[in-house]
Amino acid sequence: MTAPITPLLSVRDLRKTYGHRIGCADVGFDLYPGEVLGIVGESGSGKSTLLSCLAGHLEPDQGEVVFDTRADGPRDTRRMSEPERRMLGRTDWAFVHQHARDGLRMGVSAGGNVGERLMAVGARNYGNIRNEAIDWLGRVEIDETRVDDRPSAFSGGMQQRLQIARNLVTGPRLVFMDEPTGGLDVSVQARLLDLLRGLVRDMGLSAIIVTHDLAVVRLLAHRLMVMKSGHVVEHGLTDQVLDDPQHSYTQLLVSSILQV
Amino acid sequence: MIRLENVSKSFTLHNQGGAVIPVMEGATFDVARGECIALTGNSGAGKSTLMRMIYGNYLTASGTLKVGDVDVARAAPREILTLRQHTLGYVSQFLRVVPRVATLDVVADPLLSVGVARDEAHDRARDLLSRLNIPHTLWSLSPTTFSGGEQQRVNIARGFAHDFPALLLDEPTASLDPTNRETVMGLIEEAKARGAAIIGIFHDSEARMRVADREVNVSQFTPRRVA
Amino acid sequence: MSDYNFAYLDEQTKRMIRRAILKGIAIPGYQVPFASREMPMPYGWGTGGVQVTAACLTPDDTLKVIDQGADDTTNAVSIRKFFQRTAQVATTEKTGKASVIQTRHRIPEEPLREDQILVYQVPIPEPLRFLEPRETETRKMHALEEYGLMHVKLYEDIARHGHIATAYAYPVKVEGRYVMDPSPIPKFDNPKLESAAIQLFGAGREQRIYAIPPFTRVVSLDFEDHPFEASKAAHPCDLCGATHSYLDEVITDDAGGRMFVCSDTDYCTTRQEAGHRGRLSPQEDAA
Repeated sequence: MTAPITPLLSVRDLRKTYGHRIGCADVGFDLYPGEVLGIVGESGSGKSTLLSCLAGHLEPDQGEVVFDTRADGPRDTRRMSEPERRMLGRTDWAFVHQHARDGLRMGVSAGGNVGERLMAVGARNYGNIRNEAIDWLGRVEIDETRVDDRPSAFSGGMQQRLQIARNLVTGPRLVFMDEPTGGLDVSVQARLLDLLRGLVRDMGLSAIIVTHDLAVVRLLAHRLMVMKSGHVVEHGLTDQVLDDPQHSYTQLLVSSILQV
Repeated sequence: MIRLENVSKSFTLHNQGGAVIPVMEGATFDVARGECIALTGNSGAGKSTLMRMIYGNYLTASGTLKVGDVDVARAAPREILTLRQHTLGYVSQFLRVVPRVATLDVVADPLLSVGVARDEAHDRARDLLSRLNIPHTLWSLSPTTFSGGEQQRVNIARGFAHDFPALLLDEPTASLDPTNRETVMGLIEEAKARGAAIIGIFHDSEARMRVADREVNVSQFTPRRVA
Repeated sequence: MSDYNFAYLDEQTKRMIRRAILKGIAIPGYQVPFASREMPMPYGWGTGGVQVTAACLTPDDTLKVIDQGADDTTNAVSIRKFFQRTAQVATTEKTGKASVIQTRHRIPEEPLREDQILVYQVPIPEPLRFLEPRETETRKMHALEEYGLMHVKLYEDIARHGHIATAYAYPVKVEGRYVMDPSPIPKFDNPKLESAAIQLFGAGREQRIYAIPPFTRVVSLDFEDHPFEASKAAHPCDLCGATHSYLDEVITDDAGGRMFVCSDTDYCTTRQEAGHRGRLSPQEDAA
């Protein structure tokens, strides 16, 4: 049962401070292939800082972020050269922003948005790129006829789905998501969650999802980390952490959910 | 298959003055393959708590709690996930699914996640849904809009889709009509016959008498309340 | 002080610009930042090209200045006069006789030689700018050779127009490394970027100099299924009858009358002098 699988991402002793203020500290965990890890906590708890450090958008002060690369096995992404890290960022890694406009090129058509990562890794056949883009629009439930429309003509939910398609087109193995359902209304959220769940499962993706929405992590995440003031206060199976929270903060968090 | 030794559990309520409430102490029993035991005891004795501990949903404070080779009390989350995927099934009273997923897929899901081919998984799901009298017309709809009874039956179908070597059943027959109740009894008996170790909570004493080989009274594990 | 220093700029400034030029030649296609000076003409009128030309000129040079291929338009005339006055160099309209040619938006039709320098005026040197507004990011993209975005622009063209509609400032890859904006020359001129002459590009407002050394490989970007095409109007020149030169369309009256003429005026005149005739050539020979 416990085959010695290499973790896809292995984080040790990660720390990021802003002057005297702690962004996050003493963070460590392993993420295995196919696993979805949720990170929850209130605003300012350090969850977004942590995600940025993991994804290489922020330089942590100390610690290791070891990724199991396809070519060379586990490597500390902090010690990679910038070209290598950026290459990872457009091949094996993906980042879904909370606001779709941060993750999309608003002046470029939907097809161009999806095709960009393909072209970035050397695709040079227009017909193939376009077909792949259309295929991906279908997978995220955007009609083929919208392929030449710009994202500014899309609804919030569609923009978010387009962002996901744009990120997943190169078949990444690890997806970072920052509040992927934030700012969307409830019915749109449900559709997006269902879509993400299906994609994660069908593609065998690993994902790290930062959110303050406990319902999102219950549906998507296998495991859950609860953060407060930059520290991980609780870490375990999602349903265990939510149903039998051990830390006082988690108990407060769970009991604060409004019942519908 | 399932073995509990000296298992204990307490809840600490940090937000209510740090009150520590012991709820379980010295729970010890085991369940063999092909055996079904019924947990009994008064309401509040900790039947559901114990069941959730075995499933890893609640943390165990001390003792060993083995399902197959895995000590749930100490296992890493990943090991528990694998255990739930392959070995240990749980039919709770409530259905919890993602909106928009069709009933057929909800039921086939546990099979798909252990790598069963889609067609085969759907065949099995159709078979179970028919046996549990879920109308054919509902299969392509999400169960979120179903009646309570229908949801419960979908949940049972999902729980029995994969032939888990160990099963936890929380009131599987509650509020079912006689026909469906009979079907569920049949499913439990089939599971026993293929060697599944089953722990159940049955308020329905007739059902309990019929499928359970032994009863374990959970009250004996209830710590003396220091009120 | 009664006189200008030779070619207007002081020697220290020319030295700084020459260093930038040498660096540009050493790294073909790479945009070298330089401390662009205020010139006695507005931005957009070739301040970058003028500074590069000033740094290249020697008293023995012969200068030609063209604007869209023509020697006689305002921009060309004023820059030519500027150097006549500040450098007292010889000027010419003959491509073959010039040692330094400053150009706006064209490459002369006549093939250039190894002893010639072609200086381009560049409005926006960054080919990635329209899709990526951050300079920090575009520099990084050049440094790391991340050029997928350039193809996004071409993709958008095809998606919108059915073909690559970019007709000028068509992006190229220089010597297999840097993607470069060849300045707003028509894409018809792109094949001529592989030349025997030294080609220098100056962007005054944007403070960048870059270069293509002689005989450098310059490839226009494209897709396998939408290959690059150096297109031009499908007409011969109405004055000299040339079929392989880049043409300007000239409206001749209010009744839809128009003519196509070589945009390279020197090329056209030379051909006419050699006896070539087009559809609308004056019939003076008959007289």
